[in-house]
Parts: sequence; C-alpha cells; structure tokens
Amino acid sequence: MSAITNRYEFVLLFDVTNGNPNGDPDAGNLPRLDPETNQGLVTDVCLKRKIRNYVALEKEEDAGYAIYMQEKAVLNQQHKKAYDAIGVEVEKGKLPKDEAKARELTAWMCRNFFDVRTFGAVMTTGVNSGQVRGPVQMAFASSIDPVVPMEISITRMAVTTDAEAEKQRGDNRTMGRKHIIPYGLYRAHGYISAKLAERTGFSDDDLDLIWRSLINMFEHDRSAARGEMSSRKLIVFKHDHPMGNAPAHVLFDSVKVERVEGEEDTPARHYSDYRVSVDAEALPAGVSVEEKL
Amino acid sequence: MAYGVRLHIWGERACFTRPEMKVERVSYDVITPSAARGILEAIHWKPAIRWCVDRIHVLKPIRFESLRRNEVAGKLPASTVTKAMKAGRVDDVAYYVDKNRQQRAATILRDVGYVIEAHFEFTSRADESDTPGKHLDIFNRRSRQGQCFHMPCLGNREFPAAFELIETEDELPLADSQLRGERDLGYMLHDIDFANGKTPHFFRATMQDGVIKVPPFEETLA
Repeated sequence: MSAITNRYEFVLLFDVTNGNPNGDPDAGNLPRLDPETNQGLVTDVCLKRKIRNYVALEKEEDAGYAIYMQEKAVLNQQHKKAYDAIGVEVEKGKLPKDEAKARELTAWMCRNFFDVRTFGAVMTTGVNSGQVRGPVQMAFASSIDPVVPMEISITRMAVTTDAEAEKQRGDNRTMGRKHIIPYGLYRAHGYISAKLAERTGFSDDDLDLIWRSLINMFEHDRSAARGEMSSRKLIVFKHDHPMGNAPAHVLFDSVKVERVEGEEDTPARHYSDYRVSVDAEALPAGVSVEEKL
Repeated sequence: MAYGVRLHIWGERACFTRPEMKVERVSYDVITPSAARGILEAIHWKPAIRWCVDRIHVLKPIRFESLRRNEVAGKLPASTVTKAMKAGRVDDVAYYVDKNRQQRAATILRDVGYVIEAHFEFTSRADESDTPGKHLDIFNRRSRQGQCFHMPCLGNREFPAAFELIETEDELPLADSQLRGERDLGYMLHDIDFANGKTPHFFRATMQDGVIKVPPFEETLA
C-alpha cells in the first residue's frame, strides 16, 4: 500500500468529567498538573497507548495490524517473527551485516505492526530489528483552564486479610481514595510527516484508522478511574505539499478555544461552557482544514 | 560563515538529556549543539552537507520541571534469548510490557526559546550539483514556509519545536534580562562522532549574555 503524500497536523479536544485522565506516578496517582499553571496534563504516551488499544480492538487479528507494544506482549518474540519471516540468522544484539537484510527486517516489522509503522519503535533489544521513526508524533495535551483535582474518599465494605478483619472487629471496612477532576477540557496537538510515512509505509488507510482511533479511543477505555471521557473535536490540517505549506504553530494558533461569554469566572463543568472556533480565513494558502469530529 | 542561517526555535518543554543522568533523565540547562543540528536536519539535510552550529542564543530564563512516566524497562538479557534460540522456541522468552514497566522521572526544561546560528559544510559525498546556494535556498525556503521533513523536536519527540527563519536583514529576538552576565554551564555534549565508533565529544560551555559560542567539532574533547 502506498504511503500518504500530504503532511498533516491535528488538534484533538477531549474532556473528562469526574475522572482522572492520566495519573501522576510521582504524586500518588493524582491527575497530572503543570506546576506552573495548574493546567491538567496528559502525556503523549498515554494517548498513544489508547490509540494502540483501539486499533487492537478494531483490527483484532487482521494481518498487518498487529500491535508491537502490547500489554502482555513479548517483545523479542515479535523480533524473532521478523527474522523467521525472511529467513535470516539471528545474531545477538546486532543488525545483520548485510544492509539490505537489515532493511528487509525493518520493512517487515513496519508492514506487520501498525504501531511500528505509525509511531516507530526502537527494536534494539536482545534480538535486534533496527530502529524506526514513525510519522505520527504527538505532544503533551494540556487543559484549557487550570483544573482542580479533588480527593474523594471511598469505603470498601470488606477487608483483604484475616488480620485486618481481626483488627477492625466486625466493622469490616477499608478506606480508599480516588482522585478526580470535576471537569477538564484538554487540547492535544499532533503532527504527521509524509516523508517519514514514506519510509514506514504509513498509508491513507492507516491515516483513516488514526482519525477513527482518535475519535473513538475513549469509548473503549472506560474504567472506574477515568470517569467520563470523550473526544469532542478533531480538527485536521492538510498541507498540499508533502513538506508542508505553513508552520505548524500558525495552524494551531488558528484554533481558538474560549469560555462562553458571561461565565468567565465560574468553573467550567461542561463542554458547552466552551466555544471552539477555527479561523479558516486566516489559513495560509495550500492548507485545508477539516473537522473530523 | 558564508552560508550561515539563523533559526528561531521555541517550545513549551524540552529535554536535552545529560548522558551521565539518562536513566532518570536530567536535561542540560540549554540545547546542545547536537540537538540543534538535529533540528536543522529535520528541516533540510542531504548526505552532501553537514550542519555546523556556530552559536546558540538562549532567549528565555532557564527553568526546570519534573515529570514521571511509565516507560518500558528495555532490554532482555541476551542469555535468555540465546537459550531460547538453542531450544528453537520463543515461548519461554517472557517479556511483558506491563510487568516490565519502569517509572522514570525526567527533569525537563520549561518554556524555552533559542536562536541557532549555523552554517553547513560539504562532505565527501557532495558532487558538482551541490552548490552552496542550492542548499541554502532549500533551507531558507522551507523554514520560511514552515516546511519540514519531519517535525523538529526539543530533545525528545514529545516536545515539538516551533521554528521560524530569521531573515538576514532582521534583528535577533532579545534575550531575557535574567540571562545577563557570564554563566559557566560546565562540560556539555557537543556532538557524537559517528565516524569513529560513536564517540561523544564535549566542550566547556559558557554563556555570555545568553549567547553560547560553540567551538568547531575538531576542537572538542573526546
């Protein structure tokens, strides 16, 4: 399948209601916060994990859509598959001497694994399959306004061990904590390079799959911690030229997210508290904008 | 400096990892010449040319922030693989991403802005078609229009770099007043010598009123 021939940028707006979009391991799983502005953060890897999970669900066992960075995956098994498929001897920790063979390995990985083709992967573990830089690159998502995480105490009407039961004398309860954000609208930026796509074979079908996964990834990521999360808006900028027709920051600046008038000082609690606008007039020539959601 | 370019780059976050603190990443105070070269190459590069960074202008105060993420731990012991290879089966090579997770902190830079002053030289792979004007034109045209081969980044790919060409006749953006005076940034990575077994080269970086002079690669310490 042929690779995409246009450069793209995208803005994804997603929100969370009474949930924790991305816990901070440094802060006892509190929602991530930008310490300088108190805006909420969601890391790039968090979103990429969800894209992978979505693709794994949609494509299940489809050939060419295997997910390399799987939960419960065996990395080196995957590498071995590449070696087996093209019949190269495994040489520990090294790329095959023959450069053509090395390319073949990488190409095989790209062909078979969606996430290798999309995000790239460093395959230099035990059995080496080279290093791939993928066309899709994402930055941290941050919330439009500062968010205020709340700590919710909860109780469980049971205990884990006998000892605990003894201690609590028939009053079998453990207290727990949940951290939530009452509401937060987050904005994520992404970049898709046509030139890197050429090298990994990231195709138009893959691109559609990326859009689908960005729109639907939260629909399949329900859990007690997340609360209600959903993708709200996906704005895609398409450049006519593979190298691009305008600087990315100029395009991102054309997407404005504002609080609805008159409610500036009240905390936002719903998506309708915001107004999203794209200044299509201001777009440089050669760039088209499309709202996928 | 005949074929010099000046590129203004900026971004919200950056991480130019110190090689001595790369497990839990700690960034250098400023962008390294090698990261700056990577940014230029993201916009235009051909095997015929080599970018040389001459000067780095630091525009914004140096501020850090810490960030912890779940990452995969990395390598499987080679012995396990050899054993599995001998046995001719791979199902014993258990390596689960979620069991093999590391939480790693990174101390990263916040709100950075730089101007890279650089020029290019020709390599042995250049031929008659490679005139300085051609490559300079391509670079200027692309950076003026925001074109790039892939989105340049500030150290790690999750920290994209916005960029803008500073035209020859234009003034450089002003450095923040906090950066006045001289500051010794210690030994910093200059670049990696890929021709000689990937040897890292270092230089003593001093910042004078926000400007770091980068010595030519040949004068650096291996």
